[in-house]
Amino acid sequence: MTEEYIYKKIGSIFFGLLGPTLIKKMACVKIVTPELYDKEGYPVDGGLMDVKLGVIDPGLRCKTCNGKLKECPGHFGYMDLARPVIHIKYARSILTFLKYTCRECSHVLISHEDLKKKKTFKEGGKCPHCEAKQYKVKLEKPNTYVENDVRLSPIEVRARLEKISDEDVELLGVDPKYARPEHMVLTLLPIPPVTVRPSITLESGERSEDDLTHKLGDIVRINQRLFENINAGAPEIIIEDLWDLLQYHVTTYFDNAISQVPPARHRSGQPLKTLSERIKSKEGRFRYNLAGKRVNYAARTVISPDPKIKFNEVGIPLIIAMELTVPEKVTSWNTEWLKKLISNGPEKYVGANYVITGDGKKKKITDDTREQILTDLVPGCIVERHLIDGDVCVFNRQPSLHRMSIMCHKIRVLPGRSFRLNPGVCTPYNADFDGDEMNLHIPQTEEARAEAEILMQVQSHIITPKNGFNVIGCTNDAITGNYLLTRDLSLSREEAVQMLYSIGIKEFFLNKTKEVDGKDVFSALLPRDFDFIGNSRDGRIVKIERGKLVEGIIDKATIGEDNGTLIRALYAKYGEDIGIDLLGKLFRLGIAVLLKTGFTTSISDTDLPEDVVQKNNNLTVQVEKKVDELIQQYRDGKLDSMPGLTVEETLEKMILQNLNSLRNKIGQTVFEIIPEQNSTILMAKSGATGNILNVAQMAASVGQQALRGGRIRNGYIGRTLSVFEKGSLSPSAKGFVYGGYRKGLSPTEYFFHAMTGRDSLMDTALRTPKSGYLYRRLSNALQDLKIEYDHTVRDANGNVIQFKYGDDGIDVHKSEGGKINVLKIVKEVKTYG
Amino acid sequence: MAKSIYEEYTELPQKLLDEVKREVEAHNLKGDQVKRVLDRVRTEFENAMISPGEAIGIVTAESIGEPGTQMTLNVFHFAGVAEVAVTLGLPRLIELLDARKEPSTPRIEVYLEKDISKDPVKVKRVAASIKETKLWEVADEFTVNMSQSRIEVYPNKSKMRDFVITETQLVKMITDLLKNVDARANKDFISIKLKAETFELKELYQLREKVRELHVKGVKGIKQVLPIKKDNEFVVICVGNNLKEVMKTEGVDFKRTVTNDIFMTESILGVEAARQAIMNEAIEVVENQGLDIDIRHIMLLADVMTSLGTVKGITRSGITGEKESVLARASFETPLKHIVNATLKGEEDKLNSVIENVMLNQEIPVGTGLPSLIAKIKDQK
Repeated sequence: MTEEYIYKKIGSIFFGLLGPTLIKKMACVKIVTPELYDKEGYPVDGGLMDVKLGVIDPGLRCKTCNGKLKECPGHFGYMDLARPVIHIKYARSILTFLKYTCRECSHVLISHEDLKKKKTFKEGGKCPHCEAKQYKVKLEKPNTYVENDVRLSPIEVRARLEKISDEDVELLGVDPKYARPEHMVLTLLPIPPVTVRPSITLESGERSEDDLTHKLGDIVRINQRLFENINAGAPEIIIEDLWDLLQYHVTTYFDNAISQVPPARHRSGQPLKTLSERIKSKEGRFRYNLAGKRVNYAARTVISPDPKIKFNEVGIPLIIAMELTVPEKVTSWNTEWLKKLISNGPEKYVGANYVITGDGKKKKITDDTREQILTDLVPGCIVERHLIDGDVCVFNRQPSLHRMSIMCHKIRVLPGRSFRLNPGVCTPYNADFDGDEMNLHIPQTEEARAEAEILMQVQSHIITPKNGFNVIGCTNDAITGNYLLTRDLSLSREEAVQMLYSIGIKEFFLNKTKEVDGKDVFSALLPRDFDFIGNSRDGRIVKIERGKLVEGIIDKATIGEDNGTLIRALYAKYGEDIGIDLLGKLFRLGIAVLLKTGFTTSISDTDLPEDVVQKNNNLTVQVEKKVDELIQQYRDGKLDSMPGLTVEETLEKMILQNLNSLRNKIGQTVFEIIPEQNSTILMAKSGATGNILNVAQMAASVGQQALRGGRIRNGYIGRTLSVFEKGSLSPSAKGFVYGGYRKGLSPTEYFFHAMTGRDSLMDTALRTPKSGYLYRRLSNALQDLKIEYDHTVRDANGNVIQFKYGDDGIDVHKSEGGKINVLKIVKEVKTYG
Repeated sequence: MAKSIYEEYTELPQKLLDEVKREVEAHNLKGDQVKRVLDRVRTEFENAMISPGEAIGIVTAESIGEPGTQMTLNVFHFAGVAEVAVTLGLPRLIELLDARKEPSTPRIEVYLEKDISKDPVKVKRVAASIKETKLWEVADEFTVNMSQSRIEVYPNKSKMRDFVITETQLVKMITDLLKNVDARANKDFISIKLKAETFELKELYQLREKVRELHVKGVKGIKQVLPIKKDNEFVVICVGNNLKEVMKTEGVDFKRTVTNDIFMTESILGVEAARQAIMNEAIEVVENQGLDIDIRHIMLLADVMTSLGTVKGITRSGITGEKESVLARASFETPLKHIVNATLKGEEDKLNSVIENVMLNQEIPVGTGLPSLIAKIKDQK
């Protein structure tokens, strides 16, 4: 018999206060003794671990519902409190009731006339209903009420609350249907099921009880003593003391972090985790267990790059492929295949780990059970088989700041122990390979798999909804390679064919010449009906006609991340699937070119000829002179201040300007002299990595170290470091680094450089939690907003936020930066009709 | 005739139609071609329409939250050359979304009437009339004359000319603003005497301090003014936030004058203006950081913050605190408070929004969880 699941949907949840009758009604046992277990270690009847409260040990059955562990949800008990006790969480609400109702007739302290006029309540004075004089009621924190310097016992408080009529309760903003005020003073205490507070058995066989059980034990113990003392007719003082103690225990049972109440502690001195602590904060029930949940069928390991796999693939280690499973329903079409998997078992790859039989029993495949399972296998069974190439998975890297942090990839089972991903998808995940780990999930139902494949695959997320740019594109070597290829490379026909074939292109067109131009090799990837006009980084035109690159050099502006115009054009014209395929080919072509030609950067990239060094020195001297002049002018009091600035600030500003211009000038000379083939320059020019300034910093001078928008400020009296002269304003004394990284930094330069480095580290460290909180608040506030079928933006309750999303209803993700490119259409219509 | 062809495309927004018209005219397209352009624009527009069910709120939150991690802290940007510092970067964004009552660096951008705004001299004069001027700014010395038991103020003639104040005006101001004194203009000083017959020397010194801080001219709260050239006209940047008074000042083009104080904008110009102000300020932060966020996200954010009729922050006391669902509120911050209050009111959580259904392992009502089947069941009689 197949198991019939009954899917229930919860329609709504009501919140209300439990009264004594309800507590008794939902309880299945009355707790009377603080003892937990008898001598044999069996739970005592009427104790806190009573077997009627549910089961926490495997194998036992619940005395109430006869369910086994995991079947029985646990059952409540109750205990009688010898004397009523204030519920600490409602102490303030009780106060409002006491304050605004008459102490004699229990009416709200407002006359019918005033009520009609919608006047506000008044405290004290005389009752407008029975003329009784009223006294001020105060709450002496945490839980005692004082009226006119006389303490009100919880019994009196409860008596007063009881007398308040339902209408008056409503007047005070409480719904009497769900919360009668007297229920805020406890006479019965519900005892939570043991499943809520399971005890753990230590290795030594000893039982360690949950914090809540400890606390409840205290309550029961004191309650017993109070009962005994009352029955024995003990003096009032003793009873009062015990009563207060009971109040303390009940208070800390609800909340162990109330300011005036010393927290209840373990013997070790560590405070108990009671009900409030269970709910509160990041580690509490809401944020830890309800808003986020642990899952099965997940894997986590270190990531490493593999440019040879596709963008929408992920390489997973064999051991993970043999641990994670996909449930496969047995049909008459796949029985043979699945039987083979079962006979392979869990130990041999492409096997299966479990079989779920028609009646819902899960059986592990072992050498002993295999034969039996194979004979019992009928359509309707479910085989949990190993992962194979092409399976769907969901891949994620934390922090999951945007939807591209969780994308769907296709499995590639590979040797090794790390997840392999194409370096092109590092950007959306914000991943690198310095030890990052990532998570992988295997969807277990057809619905989940379908959603992952249709909505979450990498190709559906090439364009970010943030601004409509592409987050995936060629990076690093892939850009350099394509740049070199389309700039001036020419290959022999054999080489070209070899290269194209090696990146998985099997059908292509190349001119039947001996030498093949790099542009033609590049063109071999493009569809034959593709036209494109764009610009390269330096603004020159890149033109593709009928799938042939006729003009221009490919670089970051066309195939890179963020605004790769060529990628976006391909994507728009041919769709997601072909788009990502082409992008993958472009990527692999770039790398293949570098593999073929060889590419490296080295210290010799920063070699400068003698005359350039001399030129830079001269520039430095010139600027130094200028700065000296400025300082002299300032010393002589001849410097005019700029509007809104003091003279000192003006001087600083002018010096900074001069020094920054020096760095730029040096960068320019370096740029002019370094040859085109220089690898570092190549990378900078193509947009792959780095910029000209980096080269200048390595080869010539690092430049001014800026801290908080200015030069390094004095840490000692009148100077930055004690090696400098007091009052010195020279570049070197204020953080100018003359040396380049290649030549090396002087000790003081090194120190200043470390200062700015530290500053940026601090900035990152301080920013992360701030922006994290901002993001949490944003997502919490906005998570319910959705587009309705009428294109309005509404919140969860149907309140309209926008009548048309973004005033025009355009999806940023589906358009070019939120716009329709009218100009492009007009041009195309004009040229092609 | 040409006009009618545009009118056929009613589903396209006017802005887009205008753009098409402009481009078509610029490229000299005629009849049939125009229609083809319009058809293609319509197809692209329809393809770019957002899908119903899209969880646009979370997309917006991500689009703003993720770049937030890249913003720098401690950014003070200098408007122009002067020391008019403006908080920007992440702190300013947080300030905006919190809907703090006062910005940490209040600032008003004063636009001037067309005939004034291009003349630097006139601009300077208006700027001076906006700046809050205290008496010590136009006087050289404040002395306590013991023998005569009076205070002597020595005004600085040239500074007074700069601020366009005469001595008689000063005297009148002193008597008007400080009610218990007699002021008289002497040859090169103004003497101030207490009206009371007997007084202590201490009071005289206190009076001197009061006189020094006397507000003689300009708008209260405007501590600094700075004319800046912006798109071939002068704009006066003011530090301080007294928009109401600044707008009243003569020569100020109140239609264009804006402040970065959201609440002041709301109280003077209304909630729609506040919405625009939030957008403008957020855009400024984003652009200053060199980031690129689509305007739609910022627009939605501003709309959410102002949709209740007043400006509400993205905080537990603002937007999130106003949510109907108990569980949604409880899952954000201070869960106990929300649950305790819910029990008193007997609140019902209808489980309409996302987070409650996540808690209960149910389908969430956005995206693919939104559509459901409605079946007509025939009466079985």
